[in-house]
Amino acid sequence: MSDASTYGMVAEFDDPTKLVEAAREMRKLGYRKMEAYSPYPIKDLHEIIPVINWVPAICFLGGLSGSIIAWSMEYYIAAIDYPINVGGRPLYSWPSFIPILFELTVLLAGCSAFFAVLGLSGFPRVHFPLFNLPQFADATSSRMFLCIEKTDPIYDSDLTAKFMRELEPVGVWEVSDE
Amino acid sequence: MMAPVEERQRHAARELDPNNPLPVVAPSTTFETVSEQISSIVLTRKTPLFWWCCFGFGIFLLIWFAIAVTYLLGKGVGIWGIEIPNGWGFAITNFVWWIGIGHAGTLISAILLLLNQSWRNSINRFAEAMTIFAVMCAGLFPLLHLGRSWIFYWVFPYPNTMTVQPNFRSPLVWDVFAVSTYFTISVLFWYLGMIPDLAMFRDRAVERWKKAIYGIMCFGWRGASHEWKWHQSASLLLAGLATPLVLSVHTVVSFDFTIAILPGWHSTIFPPYFVAGAIYSGFAMVVVLAIPLRSVYGLHNLLTVRHLNNCGKLMLATGLVLAYTYCIEPFTAWYSGNEFEMAVVRNRAFGPQAWSFWGVILLNVIIPQGLWFYKVRVKPQPLFFMGCVVLVGMWLERYMIIVTSLGRDFLPSSWATFVATFWDNATLYGSVGLFITLFMLFVRFLPMVPVAEVRELLPFSKPGGGTEK
Amino acid sequence: MNETVQPGFVPIEALTGPRGREYWRSLDDRDAAYTPEENEQFSEEGVAVSEASRRRFLSLMAGSLALAGVTGCTRQPTETILPYVDPPENVIPGKPKYYATAAPVNGVAEGVIVESHLGRPTKVEGNPDHPANLGATSVHSQACLMDLYDPDRSREILKLGVPQTWDAFQIAWEHAIGPLAARNGAGFRILTETIVSPTLGAQIQALLKKYPGAQWHQYDPAGSHSARAASMAAFGKSINTYYNFATADIVLSLDADFLACGRASTRYAHDFAARRRQGDRLDMNRLYVVESTMTATGGKADHRLGLPYSQIEAFAAELASQLSIPGGASGSQYGFWTTRVARDLQAHKGASVVITGEHQSPAVHAYVHAINETLGNVGKTVIYTAPLEEQPVDQIASLRQLVDDMKAGRVEVLLILGGNPVYNAPVDFQFADALNHVKTSIHTGLHFNETALKTTWHLPETHFLEDWGDARAFDGTVSITQPLIAPLYDGSHSQLQLLDALIAFPGRTPYEIVRSYWGANSGAGNFEQWWRKSVHDGMIANSALPAITLAVAKNVVRTAAAAAPNDSSMEISFRPDVYMYDGRFANNMWLQELPHPMTKLTWDNAIYLSPNTAAHLGFENQQHVELQLHGRTVWGSVWILPGQPDSTATVELGWGRWHSGRAGNGAGFNAYAVRTSDALWSANGVQFRKLANPYPLASTQMQQYMEGRQVIIENTVDYYKRNPGFVPKAEHEPEENLTLYPHWDYRGYAWSMNIDLTACVNCQACVVACQAENNIAVVGKEQVLARRAMHWLRIDTYYKGVPGNPTAHYAPIPCMQCENAPCELVCPVQATNHSKDGLNDMIYNRCVGTRYCSNNCPWKVRRFNFLLFQDWTTETWKMQRNPDVSVRSRGVMEKCTYCVQRIREAEITSQDENRFIRDGEVKTACQQACPTQAIVFGDKNNPNNRVSKLKAEKLNYHMFAELNTRPRTSYLAELRNPNPEFEPGAAS
Repeated sequence: MSDASTYGMVAEFDDPTKLVEAAREMRKLGYRKMEAYSPYPIKDLHEIIPVINWVPAICFLGGLSGSIIAWSMEYYIAAIDYPINVGGRPLYSWPSFIPILFELTVLLAGCSAFFAVLGLSGFPRVHFPLFNLPQFADATSSRMFLCIEKTDPIYDSDLTAKFMRELEPVGVWEVSDE
Repeated sequence: MMAPVEERQRHAARELDPNNPLPVVAPSTTFETVSEQISSIVLTRKTPLFWWCCFGFGIFLLIWFAIAVTYLLGKGVGIWGIEIPNGWGFAITNFVWWIGIGHAGTLISAILLLLNQSWRNSINRFAEAMTIFAVMCAGLFPLLHLGRSWIFYWVFPYPNTMTVQPNFRSPLVWDVFAVSTYFTISVLFWYLGMIPDLAMFRDRAVERWKKAIYGIMCFGWRGASHEWKWHQSASLLLAGLATPLVLSVHTVVSFDFTIAILPGWHSTIFPPYFVAGAIYSGFAMVVVLAIPLRSVYGLHNLLTVRHLNNCGKLMLATGLVLAYTYCIEPFTAWYSGNEFEMAVVRNRAFGPQAWSFWGVILLNVIIPQGLWFYKVRVKPQPLFFMGCVVLVGMWLERYMIIVTSLGRDFLPSSWATFVATFWDNATLYGSVGLFITLFMLFVRFLPMVPVAEVRELLPFSKPGGGTEK
Repeated sequence: MNETVQPGFVPIEALTGPRGREYWRSLDDRDAAYTPEENEQFSEEGVAVSEASRRRFLSLMAGSLALAGVTGCTRQPTETILPYVDPPENVIPGKPKYYATAAPVNGVAEGVIVESHLGRPTKVEGNPDHPANLGATSVHSQACLMDLYDPDRSREILKLGVPQTWDAFQIAWEHAIGPLAARNGAGFRILTETIVSPTLGAQIQALLKKYPGAQWHQYDPAGSHSARAASMAAFGKSINTYYNFATADIVLSLDADFLACGRASTRYAHDFAARRRQGDRLDMNRLYVVESTMTATGGKADHRLGLPYSQIEAFAAELASQLSIPGGASGSQYGFWTTRVARDLQAHKGASVVITGEHQSPAVHAYVHAINETLGNVGKTVIYTAPLEEQPVDQIASLRQLVDDMKAGRVEVLLILGGNPVYNAPVDFQFADALNHVKTSIHTGLHFNETALKTTWHLPETHFLEDWGDARAFDGTVSITQPLIAPLYDGSHSQLQLLDALIAFPGRTPYEIVRSYWGANSGAGNFEQWWRKSVHDGMIANSALPAITLAVAKNVVRTAAAAAPNDSSMEISFRPDVYMYDGRFANNMWLQELPHPMTKLTWDNAIYLSPNTAAHLGFENQQHVELQLHGRTVWGSVWILPGQPDSTATVELGWGRWHSGRAGNGAGFNAYAVRTSDALWSANGVQFRKLANPYPLASTQMQQYMEGRQVIIENTVDYYKRNPGFVPKAEHEPEENLTLYPHWDYRGYAWSMNIDLTACVNCQACVVACQAENNIAVVGKEQVLARRAMHWLRIDTYYKGVPGNPTAHYAPIPCMQCENAPCELVCPVQATNHSKDGLNDMIYNRCVGTRYCSNNCPWKVRRFNFLLFQDWTTETWKMQRNPDVSVRSRGVMEKCTYCVQRIREAEITSQDENRFIRDGEVKTACQQACPTQAIVFGDKNNPNNRVSKLKAEKLNYHMFAELNTRPRTSYLAELRNPNPEFEPGAAS
């Protein structure tokens, strides 16, 4: 039944409650390689399908580097590289350096947060097996999907399908990756 | 697909009842309806005549802008009314005005997100778009107003054969960093929020090429739970960053004036004063845009009177802050005992350009007091009128601050009164054209309401929150 | 302005044929397929002395190339000329040479030293040895370069507008004069302006000797007709009067603006200011001014009385009677004044000056002679000499006779040497019509002007910097003027050369003419030595006319007093313009844009009315009106002038030219149109009619009251004696070093400036000097109206007191060169920052043009190129530019640099000589031009320097010191010396 090209078993739901329930059930049954797809964020799923969130850390590092870059640049240019008497002010007039320090910090922090999402999610993505499933088009507007991937050690096409049908889904399909 | 007529009437009746807690999203809105409603505007429905009119008008003004700018670059800034002492005129006024308008979007999307104001969800998308286009318009003016615009990049620090560097003590350099940072962050924030909706367009689009385009734009979003996780935490972080940023940007803009020693500019009250004014004009622009949009595209169920009401309240609040600063300025002048400061106050109220000062008082302080009335806040027409009044008033305020201080500073021999030329006006209205054009393109091709966030607002969106039917 | 080339001007269109070049030096040159060899062969100067031929070749080569479009050319005169300093004979690029010569301005010579870069005169300075200016310069000699390089100068000989060659003219001349020669030249007339050049006078006499029947007429519209008439009446002969203010304790000016304009004003201002400064300003002279309009001198007065033109005479008569001069009309109309002034004058017998304006009536001049004699001033402060003119005549009568003869057809050949009678002759003479009755009329001049339009022939003249000549100064001192550059247009000839050609064809070169004249008249043993010295010094040693003593005829004042006019209707008075003079400078852009001392008007003259009169007539400022005088009318705008006497109007002559060139055409209105021979300087019965169309006037200072701000600090000498430290420290002036940021430390030089407000007389010479030195663009009336005038240095004029009779205060405003410069702080690209010696530098190439610096400048001294103000195309102006100063283009900020180019040059020289820069070695352009030495510049780090001493004075203060910008430019508070008896309640 299942062959090499199989990606996994997908169940479609029309209600967030059922989806969460299903996910919880499958996890109880020992499935680990699973993923839920919903048209809007569903917090409860995050406990069931845990994922490490690197975004804040990356964002912080970005901001930190922004501050360092800004300050060192300002100091180097104003005091070392181009030491000019401007209006009788000292070369290292640090109060004037604060605004740019702040702006660059925010800039780099923000950019790193944004690109962190892209990187972690593996964007841009042009191909994904579930896209082969016509119903999956609704995943971005009204329906939710739960997918048990074939890579899961205890994945068995008949058994998994059987378990899933018990979770009153709209439908269950085995999706192949081609 | 919008709610049936009688449904809408009932809805409207409930809206106008003050004892009734106003809903953020009209009942009878489902995942499917909201998805269909928004995507159909872009994907299936026929472009309404209203859109073509606005777009055409915007293009018309935009052509004027092109002409004005071409002539400007060819001839020099002398085509404007600026002179010595009035080294700055319309250009900087427009810059500050547009930047100010650009504040509401980020405020709504960032600060209200942090404050958990769920009502923001349905309006933040086009508010942010407005922000971005306003900042685009704003960013043009500092470049155009240069005597030699073609070397504007000299204000950036970069290794160059001239071995010279910019002056980090100059507020103009701070401006460069502040505005460009603000623009970048706003764009990222805006786009990040749009990715799921673009994915929806991809999936709902019929024609292949549309699928392709929106597919590329959404980076292949699937709505997987971990994608949502990172997406949300990034949104939260960006909101956290944008909040101090939005406050800092107008503070830095106000530094352009406060760092100078000019009487009427050199004042510590400017940063809060400017930020308040910015939010004031920003929300004015939001209502001016929202009211036609909701009626033309039938978004009454998403842009409810609750939004109008809240925007009205915010305008009222910020307007009162502004009124306070108008009162405190003469006081500080008097209290400082500085003859120049007092002369500026006198000059603003009774000088050759007193009309601008009294115009500001009328448009920014007196008329908007109407917002105290509930009916004014929730009825589209009066609120729209208030928005326009405030927008004009805020432009006038910046104009007043700039020319009345420059025109009569320390040495009487150099006093002069600024007189605008035809080209001053052409550039101002031209930039409005640029804004309208960009905004109309956004309305036509991008999701103007963040559907994903609206879905979260639906009662049955929470697991265990009941079923759709 | 530059775009508006006037149609019908030098008809280049007619000339630029297929072979024509845009820039060509003569018709011969243009039509010749140009090769220097040919030119060497054919041009009449080609027969040059052999050793000079190579230089001649090079100079022609360079010159013609330059005028074909290449700038930076060298056009050396052909004869030996002597550098003022002693550099090697060859030209060192970048090293200017200085030559002494003399500028004929206001009818007399002013000694100047001209800076020449590679053979191009670029800057005019005063000749320190010359009595007329002692190193300073008048506005006119500063601006004369603009005349030399005026692109609208007449370029070729024209017959009825058609180009001709020099030979063709001489043939035509033979034809014209031939028939007359038989009749001893009867029917041949010469019309000149006042001639103060001995050689030219001799030439004319020689010509008259050749044609005994010919007659010589003279006419100068702004000449000293009254003075001449008065001296004829008082002494029975024409004399020249000049004054020595250095020894005058009391000065009474009866309508004489002697400090700011008129003959010898530079010297007068110098001496006058010296007496206001001496003895730590405690022993100050006193100036009374009674005048018919508000002038720079009147603004400087310790006591000023504004009287209608006609009443000045009554005042003089009353004063005369107070001084018990027989014939003085003993009235008491001005008793309060006359008694006190008389007492003051008598207390200073022999040490006072009573002076009156050239334009005042002969009667007033006669009174002044009598009063000065009674006070024993003659020979001490008032010096009489033989006349400067070669032949003093009653010019009005002379011109009237000429016009009558012309109309009667008695004039067949008329030679008009310079001048512009069609434009400026009394309107009732109808000179233009009379000219139609003359068969052959020849006009010579720098410009193809209104008169040239009417004459049959026009001959371009050479500028005085292009040719040899000589002229007398106010005291008779003769200067031999040497050329600095060969004539730009070979079609042009000097008057000397022309006359010589008319006497004996083909005539000698001007050099030979002048040299031979002085060879005969120098009376020197070793002529060659004498010649070299005279040319080198820029003047002939002790050639000043000797003082003569004369007695005023007894009946003079009585006869004069009878002529006092008595008309109650509104009165108008004419006076030569401060800058346009009689109109000859109309096409001089620098002068056109130079703000009028009191009104700050540019590009226009105006009808001056007092505030009361204007209110009474219902006129706003700048109301466009029609001025009607005895049926004749002109249109002009009203300017409400504080201090103008009520029910009088004053207009300035020299404007409203219709064929002067791109600058002068249409600027202002032509007051000559209502000026008649019987009322040259004043008339009654003037009326006004409002006009609908507005005619705005371009003033550079709209706000002339100080708004109670501490801009100019002033007080009286007595007060200063009682409490010397009266100059208040500005409110909130910060304590030294009361700052978080330590002050920048300036070792070495610390350039700074001090301006003495007591000395400044608002002559504006510094402003033109700055413009000439720093290549400052002229922007034109529209841009001045838009408040975009580019002058780096300006003189603010403020009024104080009642509008009817205010005091005026002058403040020259250069860049303050603040140490804590607000402009520098805000420049995003550091285009303006500080040099190590504390100069506020402006880097034009770096400027992106945010104008933020100007916004943040409390003095608004920064100037911005809003449009392309600089003229990049006009070839001749390129030759004028100072190569040491970069020429700014569109979109950059510029401002006063303390003439940094001069500082750097001095630094280089001093380093070469391994020494420090000496005090006074670096002079800014404004300082060098200033007649009163109000501006002092130097290194304030050296306490022995003059500027340091001035800054140490108690009167020293900084404008707006409370802003803590630490300006390098400081001011000395203005002091006046009023007569205590004028205090209300003082014993009379």
